[in-house]
Amino acid sequence: MKPLTFTLRERPDQRLDLSALVPHALAGKTPREIEQIDLQTTRQRFKVADAFRLRMGDVGQIRIQGACDRLDYIGREMKNGEILVEGDIGVQAGRLMAGGRLTVLGNAGPWAASGMKAGVFEIRGTAGDRLGSPLAGEIAGMRGGVVVVRGSVGERAGDRMRRGTIVVEGEAGPYAGSRMIAGTLIVRRKAGPLPGFLLKRGTIVLGDGCSALLPTFADCGQYDLVAMRWLAEMIEPYSKAAAVLLRRPLTRFAGDMAVLGKGEIFVRNRN
Amino acid sequence: MSLIVRGVHIDDTFAEAFGMRATALIITADTAGWARQAALTMTGFATSVIGCGCEAGIDCELTGKQTPDGRPGVRVLLFAVSTAELQKQLQARVAQCVLTSPGSACYAGLEGEETLRLGNALRYFGDGWQISKRFGAKHFWRIPVMDGEFVCEATTGLTKKAVGGGNLLLIGRTTPATRTAAEAAVAAIAKVPDVIAPFPGGVVRSGSKVGSKYKGVPASTNDAFCPTLRGAVDSSLEPGVTCVLEIVVDGLTSEAVGAAMRAGIAAVIKLGPKRGATRICAGNYGGKLGPHHYHLRELLP
Repeated sequence: MKPLTFTLRERPDQRLDLSALVPHALAGKTPREIEQIDLQTTRQRFKVADAFRLRMGDVGQIRIQGACDRLDYIGREMKNGEILVEGDIGVQAGRLMAGGRLTVLGNAGPWAASGMKAGVFEIRGTAGDRLGSPLAGEIAGMRGGVVVVRGSVGERAGDRMRRGTIVVEGEAGPYAGSRMIAGTLIVRRKAGPLPGFLLKRGTIVLGDGCSALLPTFADCGQYDLVAMRWLAEMIEPYSKAAAVLLRRPLTRFAGDMAVLGKGEIFVRNRN
Repeated sequence: MSLIVRGVHIDDTFAEAFGMRATALIITADTAGWARQAALTMTGFATSVIGCGCEAGIDCELTGKQTPDGRPGVRVLLFAVSTAELQKQLQARVAQCVLTSPGSACYAGLEGEETLRLGNALRYFGDGWQISKRFGAKHFWRIPVMDGEFVCEATTGLTKKAVGGGNLLLIGRTTPATRTAAEAAVAAIAKVPDVIAPFPGGVVRSGSKVGSKYKGVPASTNDAFCPTLRGAVDSSLEPGVTCVLEIVVDGLTSEAVGAAMRAGIAAVIKLGPKRGATRICAGNYGGKLGPHHYHLRELLP
């Protein structure tokens, strides 16, 4: 069966809230009912029919064509099925996602995968600041699932992450993995300054190190740990590059000793 | 009554087996030798639930492509009469024999609707330095040890459909020939998945009957199959027999036990009566105790 397809007519005048366009919310709806769904974020009403050309299909497979960075909250609280976005997207994509698969072929804005609980979220381009992070006032960020960013990410990726795995195949901005509570953040290339700032628990892996490491991380030596091999086996279906990195000897730094200090940063050895 | 297949007499009887609780583990190490060593140590002194608390053995060896961490490994099966005893045996044996073995890691070898605590019970050895790792539905513990880390899956599966006590009695004219038949049967059974033969080398020479003349002794020698007592008791052995060896089979399913017994019988028949056993029998209690009955004539090749 063909996917249910939304094709953007033109770049909208206002930011749109696409959180209603998820498989479990659209199940059982008629084309007319879907076209009447409100998407506006201002006082000016903007329905699905105003923004998109709709082609009905399997609601378990949603495709959004011609997307742009004004489309926010895509895949928010998504429980199952699949969403494929052709183009860039706005803020908070995949926020509180609880299952299914969300794929973005372009770039994602800030707070992608914020508070994500389960499922798989792949971003083929870059992601903005605070990937997987909590919104202001929230205690924990990402709580489960797998996020793979093929490009680079902005600052504070994985901030206050509680569980789950983030793989960044490009570079990460400053404070990657800041305030992490647990979980795993893998950056294949270089990270910006001060990764693992106030890291309590959790694992950060840096393929090309970072521009500045906090002095509150203690060098524990170089290892080829079984846990990394196991993680490599688990991560390989999502990112071959990350799996290759994890199978190499890594130097372990324990920290952040400024807080609980039971976290760790692994850095690939250059020699 | 018995059948004769290629010169080997097959008694028209059945093996009587019992339902058990069982679990499986995958033990890995840096080399196949160390994985095997950890598994052998863990499954030592686990021949019979009567005296060992559980029955355990190696199901098969695994290549790096078949294990969770890409290293060579071994699949081990454990059987016990109750879930509580199985949990106790699992925890004690992994803690003392696998955790202690250089380079080892331990993973669930069975998916079941119920689980047993594995790393969840052993993690306290980490004294607060243990690290929890989850990926999807998988949950592991990393426990710091002196050669790095002991990686252990949080839980492993439990099955309540396991069967213990499938058996074959191999009867021969000489000890070497009977032993050769037993070795052939064990080798064939080893190729059947989801089963173990828990006794030394898969073979038991001290088959038992229920009860004893002595108070408090739950099992005693199976005098009807002891050749040296042939003239003194109501013997099940014909003249000329000097040796009886038993093979006990435990399996995760009744089908696996049946398949193992079939493979064992086929191997003994293939060997023939001159080089191996002259007769195959099986142990039972009249069909009143164990719910699983394996009739030898239905297992012929």
